[in-house]
Amino acid sequence: MKTVKPPLPSADKRWKIIDTKMRKMGYKPHALIEALHAVQESFGFLDTPALMWVAKSLQLPPSKVYGVATFYNFFTLKPQGEHVCVVCLGTACYVKGASKVLSAIEDFAGIQSGETTPDKKLSLLTARCIGACAIAPTIVLDGNVAAQMSPEQAVQKVKESLTHAS
Amino acid sequence: MLLEDLREWADRERAGRKQICIRCCTSAGCQSSQSEEIEKVLEQAVADRNLGDKVEVRRVGCMGFCGQGPVVSVEPEGILYETVTPQNAASIVAGLEGEPVEARKGDLQHPFFTKQVLSVRAHGGRVDPERIEDYIEVGGYQALCRVVNEMTPEQVVEAISKSGLRGRGGAGFPTGLKWATVAKARGEQKYIVCNGDEGDPGAFMDRSVLESDPQSVIEGMAIAGYAIGANQGYIYVRAEYGLAITRLNTAIKLAKRHGLLGEGLFESSFNFNVELRIGAGAFVCGEETALMASIEGKRGQPRPRPPFPAESGLWGCPTLINNVETFANIVPIITKGPEWYSGLGTEKSKGTKVFALTGQVRNNGLVEVPMGITIREIVEEMGGGAPDGAKIKAVQSGGPSGGCIPAALFDTQIDYESLMKVGSIMGSGGMVVMDDSTNMVDVARFYMQFCMEESCGKCIPCRDGTVQMFDLLSKILKGDGTLRDLEALEELCDMVKHCSLCGLGQTAPNPVLSTLRYFRDEYLALLKPETEAAQPAHS
Repeated sequence: MKTVKPPLPSADKRWKIIDTKMRKMGYKPHALIEALHAVQESFGFLDTPALMWVAKSLQLPPSKVYGVATFYNFFTLKPQGEHVCVVCLGTACYVKGASKVLSAIEDFAGIQSGETTPDKKLSLLTARCIGACAIAPTIVLDGNVAAQMSPEQAVQKVKESLTHAS
Repeated sequence: MLLEDLREWADRERAGRKQICIRCCTSAGCQSSQSEEIEKVLEQAVADRNLGDKVEVRRVGCMGFCGQGPVVSVEPEGILYETVTPQNAASIVAGLEGEPVEARKGDLQHPFFTKQVLSVRAHGGRVDPERIEDYIEVGGYQALCRVVNEMTPEQVVEAISKSGLRGRGGAGFPTGLKWATVAKARGEQKYIVCNGDEGDPGAFMDRSVLESDPQSVIEGMAIAGYAIGANQGYIYVRAEYGLAITRLNTAIKLAKRHGLLGEGLFESSFNFNVELRIGAGAFVCGEETALMASIEGKRGQPRPRPPFPAESGLWGCPTLINNVETFANIVPIITKGPEWYSGLGTEKSKGTKVFALTGQVRNNGLVEVPMGITIREIVEEMGGGAPDGAKIKAVQSGGPSGGCIPAALFDTQIDYESLMKVGSIMGSGGMVVMDDSTNMVDVARFYMQFCMEESCGKCIPCRDGTVQMFDLLSKILKGDGTLRDLEALEELCDMVKHCSLCGLGQTAPNPVLSTLRYFRDEYLALLKPETEAAQPAHS
């Protein structure tokens, strides 16, 4: 049976990079998670057209692709804010006051964890454990780990990142 | 390439070394405290003082003393500097010329260091994880070369069996027996899988090994591949470990480039390749059948065993799945001999184990200790006890599958059986110390919330049982619980433990059971008297 490869969703070059990743894995079903990682890395989140395109490329039912995309915590179907703050809630962080750090940032930003501010400046997330337990409690701001945070220091860090143009 | 080529290469690397070596930790913990800048300052200081002929600065992996990072060591002087800053880093170089050093010196005679026995972490803090030459210099790939050319696959399995090594992922299954089973399994295609989905909160041993010494894990996998007849391996790493992923990618690329992975290794007919697979944030993927489903691109949901992966694993083929630390133990066992390994530890638990010592304890970090050491030695001597005069109440080991061990039982020795007897497990090696300000019911609720949110939803006991247990714990914590709620909680613990499909559900009640066993008073103190609760609200 001859299979027809779906066209790239747009002329955006990033789709080509994702397509290459799938091609390297022979467009096999086991390329799904790697493909979704590639989409999220390129575009920041997974929207429906992207999921449909991946489904067609790998010849998988859209339900399966949606199932995988929503099963794993790392994948997000919503666009993230300009800055992303992750508060680690692992055990070591927890016993050293991570929940206080989280509420301080929630109060400061006026959002709950899992939400993005209305001006799309900041997304607040929590992590199960980032494995930096010896320097607990930690937060990860735009990919950078900050060590031994008090609630005040954490809010200060977030404030600083918001005032810096990204 | 043959053994003499590897040895020659190692000699060449050693000959190229300069007289003094300053090593700067660039693992995730220290990186978060500016160790990259510190490394640049050190380089600059060496250049400024024209010491380039005799001093070199190396980026290395984790030295273990993460709580006092960033750490910098100077050899051959044998000095360790802790909490170094970019401001005082240059003074370390000045110190080489007799000037005063502003950075704080660490006490290498402290039990934190002297009680360690390094096997898995022997290269951590010594080699640059992004230079394969550093690994070759410490004898890297000589074990694989010897195995391929001098040993039969049966002899390799025999050596691992003789060493007494047991799975370091937590359950402690004898590694040699697992290898022998996969080796015997029928099938043209077999796979090796390395489980690097270190999901237990409070555990970071595997992250440290992957970031600091990725080649040793790859070499261990290749030896396993030879022993069981597999030519393809997968390393599954969680997405949260960005630095480990980068370094593994580099390590695989370098090993391929130098012919240490690929076709016809060491002029034999043995082929072995390794690919990396990235997790996507699901704790249940640490369970072996869920992990393999994830590698196949599916939702990470476990399936009933048997069939075990040894018979039917990845894509239905016989698969050997071991944890990162287990694979990291293989090269030392081959190099130093199984007798050396089985000489360490206790009768049933051999060798060393790496623990992540964290929480309310003075010295945070990674410690590699021989099995049989007591919890007290680790927490009080190596960890230095609780900071600021607080009193240590308990240690939680084994993550959400483990339990809390009270201070009164700190003379318990570390081995698989003893820990199980006191209601916890070895687990992957997280050891979170809690002081007397910790509310144990709250800790139990914390873990239950974790398991509730991470339950994959496939089997009902785990999916619904964890929710009910979480609600009951919340009710008790709020002061609304009664003795009947406590009874219901205990009943649920029993049901979920015995009826769940996989390890996640089967062990989810452990933190509740162990806190109930040792800290029942704390639960009872929160309960409402039965009579008051039994009264109708509007009477």
